[in-house]
This record gives sequence, structure tokens and C-alpha cells, in this order.
Amino acid sequence: MGIDLSKLSIRTAHEHLVKGDFSPVELAEAYRSSLSSRNTKINAYLEVFSDIKDQASCVSEQLKSGSLLAGIPLAIKDNILIEGREVTSASKILVGYKASYDATVIKKLKSAGAVFLGRTNMDEFAMGGSTENSAFGVTRNPVDEARVAGGSSGGSAAAVAMDGALAALGSDTGGSVRQPASFCGVVGLKPTYGRVSRHGLMAMGSSLDQIGPITKCVDDAEILFNAMKGVDPYDATSRDFSNIDTKKGKFVIGVPRDFTDQDGIDPSVRKNFEESIVRLKAQGCEIRDIALPTIRYSLAVYYIIMPAEVSSNLARFDGVKYGLHKDGGGLLTDYLETRGQGFGKEARRRIMLGTYVLSAGYYDAYYDKANAVRELITQEFKECFSSGIDAVLTPTTPAPAFAIGEKAADPLAMYLADIFTVTANIAGIPALSVPSGTTLVSGKKLPLGIQFMADYGREDVLFSVGKMFEEAVQ
Amino acid sequence: MLEASDIKKLAQLSRIKLSASEEESLRAEMDSILTYVAEVQEVSLQTKGKRAPEHRNVFRDDAEPHGSGVYTERVLSAAPFRDGDHVKVKKIL
Repeated sequence: MGIDLSKLSIRTAHEHLVKGDFSPVELAEAYRSSLSSRNTKINAYLEVFSDIKDQASCVSEQLKSGSLLAGIPLAIKDNILIEGREVTSASKILVGYKASYDATVIKKLKSAGAVFLGRTNMDEFAMGGSTENSAFGVTRNPVDEARVAGGSSGGSAAAVAMDGALAALGSDTGGSVRQPASFCGVVGLKPTYGRVSRHGLMAMGSSLDQIGPITKCVDDAEILFNAMKGVDPYDATSRDFSNIDTKKGKFVIGVPRDFTDQDGIDPSVRKNFEESIVRLKAQGCEIRDIALPTIRYSLAVYYIIMPAEVSSNLARFDGVKYGLHKDGGGLLTDYLETRGQGFGKEARRRIMLGTYVLSAGYYDAYYDKANAVRELITQEFKECFSSGIDAVLTPTTPAPAFAIGEKAADPLAMYLADIFTVTANIAGIPALSVPSGTTLVSGKKLPLGIQFMADYGREDVLFSVGKMFEEAVQ
Repeated sequence: MLEASDIKKLAQLSRIKLSASEEESLRAEMDSILTYVAEVQEVSLQTKGKRAPEHRNVFRDDAEPHGSGVYTERVLSAAPFRDGDHVKVKKIL
């Protein structure tokens, strides 16, 4: 039974399953054998589940009822809870911890009949842009194994790019779905803040986090998004956006030139970005230069608010309630030892930074000010969208995937890779990264991506423009 | 500029034990990061003030509690040390 995995999308796989060209078990087995041949080198998966076949053999009801996700093999980021399975956020502090409940998105996907292949590698607690901060080794980029797959959802993006899963879930706090998707040549969506429940997602920056799909095409991202969205009583930040009309007619795309023309952007990215604009024009979009003067402060705002929230969220890992326990002789010394040894370097650094910006003497200058600037950025986006702009266009990343180790010694250089993606998290708006071509670096065709950002709850605009752009690229 | 004593104090507040060499490297790294993020202070906020956030806390109805002990075992099984139906901790006082 030969299934050409490289040609499958969720929709075409569904059609094959309905027609009986192959069964859900055969599809799952095909993915298992495909991923096991590459995972040793790529390290996309931290664990491949042993019951894939059992899961795939009981989805016939959902398939009959027409669920597009019935029998679709997915990879799940290691910070999303699946009841009874180990989940570690790629941290030593949670080794052996088993989830005590299903995340809301998992519950929804289970009832849709999705098959979970395994849990994927990531930067520890989703902190990083390369998976080099995983306690379990880096994930290599399937396109060029000397390079990073991006992060923090690097394992999920690599799993999809290497045909080790038909689609995957990641989480995006500052670009952690879109940046690895761009580095690996796949599609990544960060939904509107509040659109997808985070119940059962390990919290990193609670005012920023969203779960999002990583897929081979925009249509697949839309299918997964539709299966996951919705208000959840277990996530107080989830909101209802269901009354929004679907956009019709010509799309107006805004390009914030001051932001996209700044220094530090790779020439290949600039060139590709200009080509992408030409493609969108050819597809009938109107391109408008726009000014969003405050968004250039997004990254600074992000690296204040996010560590502040990290320092609070990670306080729960204390060696008492769950996870690793290191004995230090007394209660306080137990905490110091457990957290000192259990957290990796980046987690320790961000907890320290967060503690600093929240401390009494510096709160006003950093945290309070960052929140005020965040409000200003949000207002700028609102005004932009209400002036008739449907989507704001930027590159997804300032450069293609970097070499493993290249930025490891300089945290600030690593942070700068988030420059285009963090803005959407700061404002809470939805954003989609779509592959936009490749650039030849040392004999390898490295993927590039562009990012569309839309108004609150307007994922429909992202899907329409994204599909249009996909067609233009092909 | 962060002092070595600042790093020690922050580590203590963060409940994290650091090695002497990490204290030193963190001092330099945090300095460069804080210098970068301090650019938010350039932004003039004279024209627009802070507004109430759109997202508000939602409280569930104080009704239909789950049965007593339904989740006890599931939750306690994750604790490194337990004593019956309690999480076991060291003496605080």
C-alpha cells in the first residue's frame, strides 16, 4: 500500500478515506513509518504514541458523519495536555508528568476523530525561536539539517514539513507558530486572542498565548481552526466572534513601509517581499502604503510584558505539586534547588527579567509603560483596519532559518528574529504566515514566508487572501 | 547597570539557585536586554491615555459543583510526595 504523503492535504486525505482508497489505519501507519525514518535525525517528536493504530481504528463513526478531521494524523506540541499522556513543555522540570485532563482543543479534535501521532519538540515552556532551548536537543530543519527549524513550535513545523504528520498544533506567544512555519516552508496561523480556548495549554504569557495550526496549505489551517475555535467556559478570555460577516470584493492590503524597510532585514527577504506585493497586485489586491508608527516598539513591549507573565506563570513549578523535586534540606532550599536545576537557561533568564520589570522600583518604567505603549499599538491597528485596510502585510521573519548555534550565545540577537511576528500578539489580532518562495543559501533552497495580519475575529480575511496568495506562488 | 547584588536578590525572589558563573553571565545579558527594552520610554503618551481592556474576567455560576473527591487521585498522583489525600510538604515554621 503506497500512499504519496507529500501530495496529501486534509481535504484530499479525507476524500481518499471516504472513497476507501486507504483506511485511517493505513494512513496512520504510513505516517508512522514516514516519521520514524526521519525523526532520528530531525528530532521533531519527543514521543511517538504507541497506540496510533488503536486510535485510527475507531474513527469510522466520525468519518461516516462527514468530519473532515476523522482519521487525520496530527502532531501535538508538548505543551498541550492530552489526558493520561506525558507532557513536559520540553522541560526537565516536568519529566514524567502525566496530564490529568484533556485540553479543550484536544477534546474537540478527539470528538472530530483526529489521530494523535505524538508530542513534538519545542523550546522549553515555549521560550525561544529555534528549539535550541529544549531540554531534549534541537529540532533540525528538514530542508537543511544544519539549520534550526525555528521555534518555539519547531517540532510541530518540522513534523509537517518532513511528512511526519499531515498537520500539527503549536502555540504562539510572539510568533512561535508563524516563525517555524516560515522557516520550514509551511503555513502557520495565530488566531485572534480569545478565539481558541487555551484551557489545557501550559501558560507562558497569558495575555499573548494562542493555540494555532501548522499545516501544508491555508485550507488545512482553516479546517483545523474551525474545529478548534469557540467560547469555552474554562477559558475566561475566550470570546465570541461568530457574528462577523465574510468579506466580499477586492482586498486592500496595507504595507507599513517604515516597519518593513528597517535595518537588519536580509536582502533575500526584502526581495521576496517586493515580489510578493507584485503577486498580490496581479491577483487584484489593492496595495496601500500605511503608517503604524508605534509598532516598531512592539518587540521591546513584548520583552517586558512576556517575561513579567512568565515569572508569574512559572511560579507554580516548585517541586511540590508536580514534576521534578530536588531536595535542598528545607522548604525554601527545596524550591531553590528544584527550580535552579529543573529550568533551563532561557527559562531562568526570563523569570529573572520578569521579576526585575515587576519589582517595586522599576514597575512604572518598564511594565506599566509597556502596557501603555501596547494600548497605543492596539489603537493604531484598530484605526488602520477601520480606515478600509483588510490586511497588513509584512515578511514573517527578517531572515531565513539560521544555522544551529549561530545565535545561541546572544539572547538579544535571537529575540530580534521575532520582530515582525510579536506585533500581532501585542495587539491580539489574528495573523497568518504563508510560504512565499525560497532563497538559495549554500546550495539549499531555504523557505521564506510572508505574514498577513487582519482585524479582530477576521480570520476569514486571512484565509481568503492566503489562498489567493498560495495560488499566485504556485 | 545591574550590580552583582541585584542579580543575587532577583534570583532569591525568583526562587532559583544560580551558579556564580551564571550570575555573572546573566548580569551582562540582562543589561543588554534591559537597555534594548528601555526604548519604550521614548514613546510619548501625551495624546492617548490608557483605556480599560476589552477582555474581562468571567466567573462561572456558583452552582453545580463536581462530586467530592472526583479529581483527588488524578491530581495527587502527580505530587512528588503525598500522605494519604494530602500533598506532603516540609515544615514551614
